[in-house]
Amino acid sequence: MNGYNDRRIVRYTAGTRINHWIVAISFVLLALSGLALFHPAVFWLTALFGGGPWTRILHPFIGCFMVAAFILLAAEFWKDNYLQQRDWIWLRDIQDVVNNREEHLPEVGRYNAGQKLLFFAIVVCLIGLLLSGIIIWRQYFSFYFPIGLIRFGALLHAFCGFVLICAIIVHIYAAIWVTGSIRAMTRGTVSPGWAWKHHRAWFREVTRGTQPK
Amino acid sequence: MALQSLDIVRRSATTLPEPEARGAHTGQVAKLIDTTKCIGCKACQVACMEWNDLRDDIGTCTGHYDNPHDLSEYSWTLMRFTEYENPKGDLEWLIRKDGCMHCEDPGCLKACPSPGAIVQYANGIVDFQEENCIGCGYCVTGCPFDVPRISKKDKKAYKCTLCSDRVAVGLEPACVKACPTGAIVFGTKDDMKQHAAERIEDLKERGFDQAGLYDPAGVGGTHVMYVLHHADQPMLYSDLPEKPKISPMVGLWKGAAKPFALFAIVATAAVGFLHYIGIGPNETDEADEEAARRELEKPP
Repeated sequence: MNGYNDRRIVRYTAGTRINHWIVAISFVLLALSGLALFHPAVFWLTALFGGGPWTRILHPFIGCFMVAAFILLAAEFWKDNYLQQRDWIWLRDIQDVVNNREEHLPEVGRYNAGQKLLFFAIVVCLIGLLLSGIIIWRQYFSFYFPIGLIRFGALLHAFCGFVLICAIIVHIYAAIWVTGSIRAMTRGTVSPGWAWKHHRAWFREVTRGTQPK
Repeated sequence: MALQSLDIVRRSATTLPEPEARGAHTGQVAKLIDTTKCIGCKACQVACMEWNDLRDDIGTCTGHYDNPHDLSEYSWTLMRFTEYENPKGDLEWLIRKDGCMHCEDPGCLKACPSPGAIVQYANGIVDFQEENCIGCGYCVTGCPFDVPRISKKDKKAYKCTLCSDRVAVGLEPACVKACPTGAIVFGTKDDMKQHAAERIEDLKERGFDQAGLYDPAGVGGTHVMYVLHHADQPMLYSDLPEKPKISPMVGLWKGAAKPFALFAIVATAAVGFLHYIGIGPNETDEADEEAARRELEKPP
């Protein structure tokens, strides 16, 4: 029988972790190539993709690939991200959250309200990016659409891309901020103390009936 | 098309000024197309094909005189024919030579993300430099006149160059040289405006009260201008836009959004960094592990 210190709680299975990193790496490639075509100050990023034309060619294909991978991820995470009554209290007391005062916050399930909002922000942005991306995909689709819609698509694509990049920066920082989180997505497990502190309702749910006699 | 012996004053996706010491001090150029003198012979189209070595595909008859029926990467200019019945009940055959208008404030150049793929010369000509073109089609999105075309073969954008290669060595554009009626003339923009004013006066005397010059202010004026019999209704001429300007959506996308978004992205990362430095990480300590252990070992 393992001692307490070896008893880590599984948060993500290997399949989920691999899919998450497929989405994450795709996102980084998309953000770099997208920014390169968005602002001339960072046009040099196209060099990472083999030049301007290759950046233009690759970006939409990577985008489709990421959306496909994200759909699998989102389907798995969907139910755990429904907003509940306690999430609104958590958000109301956001001051306590950012100041690391968790004692008086409502108990958190598998995800806290911030994670849930981030999840739906990503979903909404990706829907916007996919639809507008198809409209402005000159090589295959743009000629099906009127010019006014293409202009709107270009603007919407830039806006959703911008919001998504900011959202992912928050996501990455939150993982650094809440120590012990990164391991959940690299090795798949968290310590019982981490789960108890940050996701107590989830901790009780997954450990129910597993206590040693 | 290729590098010219012309001075560049504006370059796509470039934030710093171009070398500006030399300028077009003898005046910017313009091509004036007098629709009231055009007989629709298409000599300009042929001259354009010849000079630029372009051969479009043989198309199909679409039931009107426009041939080919649209601009393409191989057809940089095109006569567009409109049969207009005026209020008196008479038929007017309105023919407009379509092609790049060489805007003073070019929507294509504003939209282009690739440095130097679109340039504007000091003389006013807007030119595509295909070797820098990445084929994204943003120029099509930005153009208020629906002019640029992306080649299906090489995925580069093409349009009328106003024969920048000819103009650079003191020649008029090929279409101007070929026009048999003098409906297309070329010179400094001031001269062309004066020429147009004389033509408009003549037209007014002959009953075209609304004759006028098409040099739309919404795009800062153009370096291809029209004399129209019905300057009050440019839409009559195969949908020539009445008040063309860069779409507000393109203006926002390529204007305020760019610095704002870049700043906000950097600011988001900076807030995270400052939070880490100022408040610090949220760590799980031994007391938390102890609490978890107590709860786990509690009898059910």
